[in-house]
Amino acid sequence: MKYSSQMVAKPYFIFALILLAGEILFGITMSIQYIYGDFLFPMLPFNVLRMVHVNLLIVLLLFGFMGATYYLIPEEAERELWSPLLAKITFWVFVVAGVLTILGYLFVPYAELTKLTMNDLWPTMGREFLEQPTITKLGIVLVVVSYIFNVTMTVIKGRTTTISIILLTGLFGLAFFFLFAFEFSDNMITDKFFWWFVVHLWVEATWELILGALLAFVLVKLTGVDREHIDKWLYLIIAMTLIAGLAGTGHHFFYIGLPGYWLWIGSIASAAEPIPFFLMILFAYNMIKNRRIQDDNKIALTWAKGTAVVGFLGAGVWGFMHTLAPVDYYTHGTQLTAAHAHLSFFGAYVMICFTLISYAMPILRGRPHGNCAKAQKVELTSFWLMVIGMIGLTLALTVAGVMQIEMQRIPDSAHAMAFMDVQAKLSTIYIIRSLFGVMTFVGLLVYFYSFFVKEERVAI
Amino acid sequence: MTERITKDMARNIYFGGGLFAILVFVGLTFDTVKQIPKLSHASKITKSVALGKKVWENNDCVGCHTLMGEGAYYAPELGNAFKRLGGGDEAAFKAYLAGWMAAQPLHVKNRRKMPQFHLTPTQVNNLADFLIWTSRVNNQDWPPNIQG
Ligand code: HEC
Ligand code: HEM
Ligand SMILES: [Fe+2]
Repeated sequence: MKYSSQMVAKPYFIFALILLAGEILFGITMSIQYIYGDFLFPMLPFNVLRMVHVNLLIVLLLFGFMGATYYLIPEEAERELWSPLLAKITFWVFVVAGVLTILGYLFVPYAELTKLTMNDLWPTMGREFLEQPTITKLGIVLVVVSYIFNVTMTVIKGRTTTISIILLTGLFGLAFFFLFAFEFSDNMITDKFFWWFVVHLWVEATWELILGALLAFVLVKLTGVDREHIDKWLYLIIAMTLIAGLAGTGHHFFYIGLPGYWLWIGSIASAAEPIPFFLMILFAYNMIKNRRIQDDNKIALTWAKGTAVVGFLGAGVWGFMHTLAPVDYYTHGTQLTAAHAHLSFFGAYVMICFTLISYAMPILRGRPHGNCAKAQKVELTSFWLMVIGMIGLTLALTVAGVMQIEMQRIPDSAHAMAFMDVQAKLSTIYIIRSLFGVMTFVGLLVYFYSFFVKEERVAI
Repeated sequence: MTERITKDMARNIYFGGGLFAILVFVGLTFDTVKQIPKLSHASKITKSVALGKKVWENNDCVGCHTLMGEGAYYAPELGNAFKRLGGGDEAAFKAYLAGWMAAQPLHVKNRRKMPQFHLTPTQVNNLADFLIWTSRVNNQDWPPNIQG
């Protein structure tokens, strides 16, 4: 560790991992309710579990990004963080706000929660992923603004690099597009339109810049490749991200009451969205081929490669499957959508957090050459358990989606099967999905265990 | 191939392409916002429809259901519930919905459950008006059939 203020990253990483464990546990619980509707009902209805599941995901990724940034920015800027104290305060503010909100979901009926937090004053609740009370949303803004301010000040006062500029661009974009979460209207169609300004323009525009910058940072460190070379790749990746990803928002505007031109614009633009993800694979492998140094932290490089590959599978391949309007007419809002959502979020964003954690945590724990070989071996096992678990889960959901489309969507009204009847037919596949979910969780436990594997003493 | 592209060229593609993409997207956004009132029949958003939307949001219906294909995939699509459950007849749909909301949760073992929300008759009426309005939005004739 070159700068002592990088240490503030540690609690962010640890808390992100704890939240991930919670996220997966709630996911497994939901997957059981998918098959046995009485499981935990009415104590915890499905929508409550789902709210906790997806909110934990978003918050854990924000913690992961913040930890990653606080680790990376001092090294890039070649100076201490502008205010480590501010970073510590925002950590605790975010933890308290997050925990209170989750407890609110679990123990207060949602309608009560809307009253308690005076949602009528500024109604932003009851939307997918954005279920948080308005006051929590304001808290998130506060936390994110202080975080970006801290990072910006550090960059301004120190060295600027392409990586830090692109990371900051992504962060400013993240903050800007979150403001659309505060939009409200009596017209549901207007709400739906702007909802995607948060969701799509996060994961397929601004977060992709963050992803590119984080991946580039780890590759610079682990391969020692010339920055000129890395920067060029990074610019190409984010150029394609914006060119395809902005108009690509149109792939969500096909069937929700918006103008027909989105059928064309959304299909064509978003068909190019896999390109930046593919470039990330070429980028990672090209850097590794041209590497100048051999870092002992091999597992971090495995995570970096894994992020590029699984991110491309989830976002690029599974995204492309349903991104053309005539296909989406049949696949829209089916288990196929769920399949894509799982592998893309995991492959791109959860795995980049693992990459940064596996790269930085050993250094933060006083092991500049990475963990010992034995610990890395354990971690490699966890890598494969989680990756295979998530790919298996995705394949199961894909099969469920295709069967749902065949039975419920393709036949005409006289012959199509009702939603609930179709779901009953898919129960075996849902059991398989649950098992792969459990495998992913076991993988995470093995990952936790790898932190405690001790250095082997060499007998002389 | 990438050997021939220099860092400066890549940066110019980023700034040029990015700026172009932003301008196109902003332009389309303004046009879309202008067209939404007509496509959604905004003039038909009565007080009751607006209140129904509130009931929908305050009870997180979207945490189990989809509305025009967006939401959760645990329970049936409700964007076309008026057509599926009311056959396009407003009075019939209102009666059905009132009965349905009052009967939850259904006591069928192991079947997925919908909670009891304890809504007032006015709230259920608002909800029905909201779902009737939703089903009439011009959304390129989605879903493909009545099952949603
Ligand atoms: C915890 C999950 C959950 C929540 C939240 C929920 N529902 Fe449901 N809903 C279901 C399930 C499951 C079914 C299917 C029940 C069955 O067929 O036995 C259903 C069915 C329905 C149906 C009948 C659909 C059909 O085609 O037969 C209507 C109408 C409905 N819900 C309205 C609502 C409204 C309005 C809300 C919000 C106030 C709501 N639901 C919230 C789970 C939920
Ligand atoms: C890491 C990047 C990505 C993430 C995290 C992601 C995540 C998601 C999520 C969560 C949804 C479901 C939204 C909902 O609840 O309705 C979704 C839908 C969708 N995504 Fe992605 N996505 C990514 C990249 C892509 C890419 C690159 C494409 C296209 C090539 C794509 C195409 C789609 C389409 C077409 C839908 C709508 C599906 C439907 O109609 O139901 N996604 N995505
Ligand atoms: Fe998207």
